[in-house]
Amino acid sequence: MHKHSIAELAAGLRDKKFSSRELTEAYLKRIAAHDGALNSYVTVTPERALAQADAADAVIAAGNAGPLTGIPLGQKDIFCTKGVRTACGSKMLDKFIAPYDATIVEKLDAAGMVMLGKLNMDEFAMGSSNETSFYGPVKNPWDPTRVPGGSSGGSVACVAAGLAPIATATDTGGSIRQPAALTNLTGIKPTYGRVSRYGMIAFASSLDQAGVVARSAEDAAYVMQAMSGFDPKDSTSVDRPVDDLVSGLGQSIKGLTIGLPKEYFADGMAAGVRARVEQAIAELTKLGVNFREISLPNSPLSVPTYYVVAPAEASSNLARFDGVRYGHRAEGAKSLEELYKRSRGEGFGTEVQRRIMVGTYVLSHGYYDAYYLQAQKVRRLIYDDFKRAYADGIDLILGPTTTDVAFKFGQNSDDPVAMYLNDIYTIAANLAGIPAMSLPCGLVDGLPTGFQLMGNFFAEARMLNVAHQYQQVTDFHTQWPTEYAS
Amino acid sequence: MIMPAGWEAVIGLEVHCQLSTQSKIFSGSAIAYGAEPNTQASPIDLGMPGMLPVLNVDAVKKAVTFGLSVSAKIAARSVFARKHYFYPDLPKGYQISQYELPIVYEGLLDIELDDGSVKRIGITRAHLEEDAGKSVHEGFQKSSGIDLNRAGTPLIEIVSEPDLRTAQEAVAYLKKLHQLVVYLGICDGNMQEGSFRCDANVSVRKIGAPKFGTRTETKNVNSFRYVEKAIEYEIERQIEVIEAGGSIRQETRLFNPDTGETKAMRSKEDANDYRYFPDPDLLPVVCTDEYIDAIRASLPELPEAKRARFVTAFGLSDYDAKTLTSSRELAAYYEAVVAASGAEPKLCANWVATDLLGALNKMSKGIEESPISAEAFAALLKRIADKTINGKIAKDVFEAMVAGEGTADEIIQAKGLVQVTDESAIIAAIDDVIAKNPQQVADYRAGRDKLYGFFVGQAMKATQGKANPDALNRLLKERLAG
Repeated sequence: MHKHSIAELAAGLRDKKFSSRELTEAYLKRIAAHDGALNSYVTVTPERALAQADAADAVIAAGNAGPLTGIPLGQKDIFCTKGVRTACGSKMLDKFIAPYDATIVEKLDAAGMVMLGKLNMDEFAMGSSNETSFYGPVKNPWDPTRVPGGSSGGSVACVAAGLAPIATATDTGGSIRQPAALTNLTGIKPTYGRVSRYGMIAFASSLDQAGVVARSAEDAAYVMQAMSGFDPKDSTSVDRPVDDLVSGLGQSIKGLTIGLPKEYFADGMAAGVRARVEQAIAELTKLGVNFREISLPNSPLSVPTYYVVAPAEASSNLARFDGVRYGHRAEGAKSLEELYKRSRGEGFGTEVQRRIMVGTYVLSHGYYDAYYLQAQKVRRLIYDDFKRAYADGIDLILGPTTTDVAFKFGQNSDDPVAMYLNDIYTIAANLAGIPAMSLPCGLVDGLPTGFQLMGNFFAEARMLNVAHQYQQVTDFHTQWPTEYAS
Repeated sequence: MIMPAGWEAVIGLEVHCQLSTQSKIFSGSAIAYGAEPNTQASPIDLGMPGMLPVLNVDAVKKAVTFGLSVSAKIAARSVFARKHYFYPDLPKGYQISQYELPIVYEGLLDIELDDGSVKRIGITRAHLEEDAGKSVHEGFQKSSGIDLNRAGTPLIEIVSEPDLRTAQEAVAYLKKLHQLVVYLGICDGNMQEGSFRCDANVSVRKIGAPKFGTRTETKNVNSFRYVEKAIEYEIERQIEVIEAGGSIRQETRLFNPDTGETKAMRSKEDANDYRYFPDPDLLPVVCTDEYIDAIRASLPELPEAKRARFVTAFGLSDYDAKTLTSSRELAAYYEAVVAASGAEPKLCANWVATDLLGALNKMSKGIEESPISAEAFAALLKRIADKTINGKIAKDVFEAMVAGEGTADEIIQAKGLVQVTDESAIIAAIDDVIAKNPQQVADYRAGRDKLYGFFVGQAMKATQGKANPDALNRLLKERLAG
């Protein structure tokens, strides 16, 4: 049952082949059996799940089922869930139970989906390997000695291992796409402002965007459809109708022009990955897509720009965790200053502290112009690069998602810069605010690799359609890690 | 205070003015004063994880209203920024404020000095921001409480140019500003509750010195009197320090109302680096010309215009006009009285400014709490105008109205106070007085004119004060002439 697509699960529920309760119980059983090794769930919520499943079964019985009614999912532990702990991978929030739901939690609950639990992640979404989580690293289902990527490591591991049919995730600099690529999944980060950030714990507000990791573009389209839309509670969400993502999947992609940024195909990509990406280009060419080399001249500046902007915003967003109203509070502090220092020193892990330090520095008096302001200017140039490409007749942009396959635990953990370079291909989309996704393009030495599509603003439907058409003629996305195949 | 010869002070004020919106600037919580602690604090106000601010458009409208009323420029695009510092009553670890691009800039306010001259004070800027919460120290053992009801209350911070030179000018500016924001209906002006708070930047220099001296900032001086005292203290202190060969440290000081002194709180060196940057959770505030024009069209008549109109339209003295336009409610009351009574505007002005305000003052009430409505008050003045009662009787009727004995007409009826205009009755009373006082009549007729007042008094008394004064005078003169 765990290999079914969302559409197949919906049909099975509708045709009474199985109930949502049975489906939910089957997933809970798989979680119990496998997650000890994977560590993808931080919190499993069987009672809440079964109650939702029973409610969904009643809706199905009444003939009122929607496309997602009764279908289980995992929620990244960055989305606040009323009554269920939301820890965001941090000791700081180890005991935090929000009195509200994030908008996307509300929306997916309303769509009838069944939340199985909350998924592990890098602390405050800061990391590319899931090694910064207070709850321990998540293992890559394809090779337990390797990282699943990050920060949405729990999201990808649980879907890749069949411990949830689909999962929510967030992407600030590649946190959906990089782990999706490393675990053979399809992951989409929509346009900035397409999905509400209300109730999603902020890392870098101007870059954070929620999306999903799924086993196909079609699965992703179903859930993205339900998640997307304007939210008056998020001033940066965009008041614009959501395209019909699912019915847009059947269109021909013949004659589309996809740009290949020469900067993305320069040195730096592992040979195996390059071969796989080139093969994907060949497959799409067969479908009638035209390819054209383009230039995104400022893209080499993405990583340094990001590592000024994101820590700056993070240092500000994380200032609220002071031990006063909620979250970790140090015991026995003798003064207010000591309370702050110790609560934050104890509650935040090393990587989070590093980014708060960097962010505080770049916003400081005397450094602001040289770092933060300068980074914002470069960010504008990066945005202009994409604007120009799309204005120049490019429908989509294609490139690698990662430089290589999943790396081993500990390989980059002592070298933050090497770790940051994992995001080299994914960061630009966040800085520009455009939608982007990663999808599987085959294994290299038994490990998955993916390629990336980047769309114009709000062109999620077109991007998903191209991905879907590609997945109609390829079967990379249907491959399973051996251990979890059955 | 007498300024030592050769010295002058340079003063600029920063005024925090709470906007009287229904809800907070970035959340839907109410902002009523005096509620139980933390009952008006939502997850947004508490700075809970994942919470996002949504701008209250009414706060923007009120800020623009203020800007237009001081002839300021309204920014087509203004930006909210985060101002960072750690304090328990600041839930997010930053205050959302405006920094580089405030919504209002380059305004001015004309103040009137004691000698009647007018001085123009520049307003550098007025920006929107959220208020912080309050730390509560009473009733806690070895700890402090935090009340976040106030956190997120909308404020405009109005920053003046350093154009003020004396404590009196500063107070005149502050009073003018206070009157204006209350007039505009954007602030309740309640200084005790902190709706209108002032920080004073003060420096001194030798007259003619090319540069300003080092300034100190005295925080939260929350009455007009304290502002005057704090500034005077600061001027004297700074001159003393400099004359003794010392120098002024740039620092923040706190005024102690009990001693009338200011005390150093923190120096510039310990000041926070606020690390301002544009708030990525909020879009820039865009004010189009149409939006600004619509607000301009709905601006109420401002105090100065109203005062000038009262002089020309009602023939009032500038003094009376100033008194009657001191608040929007009082001016409206007066205009309603004039309209409803049909009495002379000047007569109405005397009654409202002297009798009514006097009575309210005794009761420590404002015009909006007056026990006599404008309509009821007009009914009294109408009876003077139509000669039903004379002015003297009217004072008694007014007293009775204040005491809640009924409407003017009810009181006049009940007490039989209708003016006697029947000349035969007045003549009878006069004749009676003449008959009873032959000696005085003889003296008067012999040339003791001063006795006339005695006869008026006696005759009035004989009519229980109800005689029409004009008729009584005329007839009394006739009869005394013999």
